Amino acid sequence: MMVRPGDGEQSVPAFDRGTEWLRGHGAAADVVMSSRVRLARNLAGFPFLTRASRTDRHEILDLCRGRVLQARLADRILWVDLHESPVPERTVLAERHLISRQHAKGKLTNGVGGPDEPRGVAVALPDERMSIMVNEEDHLRLQAIRSGYALTEALEAIDAVDDALEAGLDYAFHPRFGYLTCCPTNVGTGVRFSVMLHLPGLKLTGELDKVKRAAEDMSLAVRGFYGEGSDAAGDFYQISNQATLGKTEIVLLHEIEQEIVPRVIDYERHARKTLLTRRRAMVDDKVHRALGALRHARLVSTEEAMELLSLVRLGVVTGLVDDVEQETVNRLMLLIQPAHLARTVGRDLDQQGRRVERAALLRAKLGP
Amino acid sequence: MQCENCGEREATVHEVLIHQGKKVEKHLCQACAGQAGIDANPNTPINELLSKYLLKQTGEARTPESALVCPICQTTWAEFRQSGLLGCPGCYDTFAERLGPLIERAHEGGCRHVGKLPRRALSAGDGGRMERLLGDASERAERLADLRRQLACAVDAEQYERAAALRDELRRMIEISGGREVIEPEGGEV
Repeated sequence: MMVRPGDGEQSVPAFDRGTEWLRGHGAAADVVMSSRVRLARNLAGFPFLTRASRTDRHEILDLCRGRVLQARLADRILWVDLHESPVPERTVLAERHLISRQHAKGKLTNGVGGPDEPRGVAVALPDERMSIMVNEEDHLRLQAIRSGYALTEALEAIDAVDDALEAGLDYAFHPRFGYLTCCPTNVGTGVRFSVMLHLPGLKLTGELDKVKRAAEDMSLAVRGFYGEGSDAAGDFYQISNQATLGKTEIVLLHEIEQEIVPRVIDYERHARKTLLTRRRAMVDDKVHRALGALRHARLVSTEEAMELLSLVRLGVVTGLVDDVEQETVNRLMLLIQPAHLARTVGRDLDQQGRRVERAALLRAKLGP
Repeated sequence: MQCENCGEREATVHEVLIHQGKKVEKHLCQACAGQAGIDANPNTPINELLSKYLLKQTGEARTPESALVCPICQTTWAEFRQSGLLGCPGCYDTFAERLGPLIERAHEGGCRHVGKLPRRALSAGDGGRMERLLGDASERAERLADLRRQLACAVDAEQYERAAALRDELRRMIEISGGREVIEPEGGEV
């Protein structure tokens, strides 16, 4: 079944409790928030977005939309034509990691484009485990996202989606370079594996830079909560592969899944253990001060909320806090974002209004 | 020390290059250094010196940058250098010679795709389509050789899961190419 904005009560569904990757389940969920696999694909016979005319873009969008909705990729698929969608709706999708911030704005990395550029997104409902961006940097960007450490499962899922789309679309493919992409750094497999890690322990022990340097030495990219160019809000870091050519998807998967990320997970767990044995009172104090602030503050900015929630999450996964669910903390990290907040309240908010409402939401959800 | 090139004049220009992890030294006279694109005039600014050297190395001096335009989408090499984004699938062929080294650097030495292939396009396969997707016989042979090398490395390093994945990939490639080859990596069964 296809859901289009306007079918329901709200233009974009309420995304109530479906979002799978926020559940806090799955392997190593104490450290790994989510696993994501993305594939970049382009259609043969069309220029890349950098050179595509408006007619080309419309044609690409129509072809991809038709194929996505025909291919039975999920029980329900939400389709949004982003060039016709209001800013708050687009921002909600970006805050949920279903589209990139760049796609919300309609701009390419070289600054070309704008909000009216024909483009869209498909989201699998109700769990949001898969989304497909059309006319982002490449004609198609397919992503599968899972809670916890589950890259293999995410790869299998997105591989099947890719086959289903390819059954009705001609991809640009080259004997030497593989799947052709607008930026040659994505060429070949077009695959990017990303793991979102919560590393408050390494932050507190001051070892974060060491881990970041080690990851970068192994040619992995370390990014913030909202991907490329974003800050590491709330001690969340995304680690992903950079190379996409010359190795098979499975080999790339093994490199990140078995050789690198497990070491970072071990470092973080070790840091937490050290903190809890040697500096328990300090950590306990920090965690409960954070919880206290969230339960009583009257004005809270996004950054402060993320920092405090990060500490509470640390408290929950280490057993220092026993009356808050990990899933509640995970969900709050989205609900306190500006566009989500405005939607929850049901009206536009200025900065002061957001801080007031954010504090109220946090008190309500975390109240003892 | 005498110039390595002409063997006549005194070598006054000494260049040390690290090539594939090995140190390569060159000792040339001023004239031969000039011909090799190494400008040893002490008054030349360092950036000019470097760009001249790079031009010589990458052969850009032979084809002027302005002449490089993709005939399909009109993207120029200069535009790509500025934005890092290509204009169309055809750009990969137009700029292949220059893109190759850049791509290799960006992908830790990877220069040839191994991995997933468009399944439906391939299964619809007449001979021409196969060639378009996988390249000609020599290209396919190189791809197989590349996979074998990776497989041998994985076995040497006792990375058995990786080796198994590579072996599957190799089997698949051979199957697709319609060949019947036995895959036994050096060092025996994986």
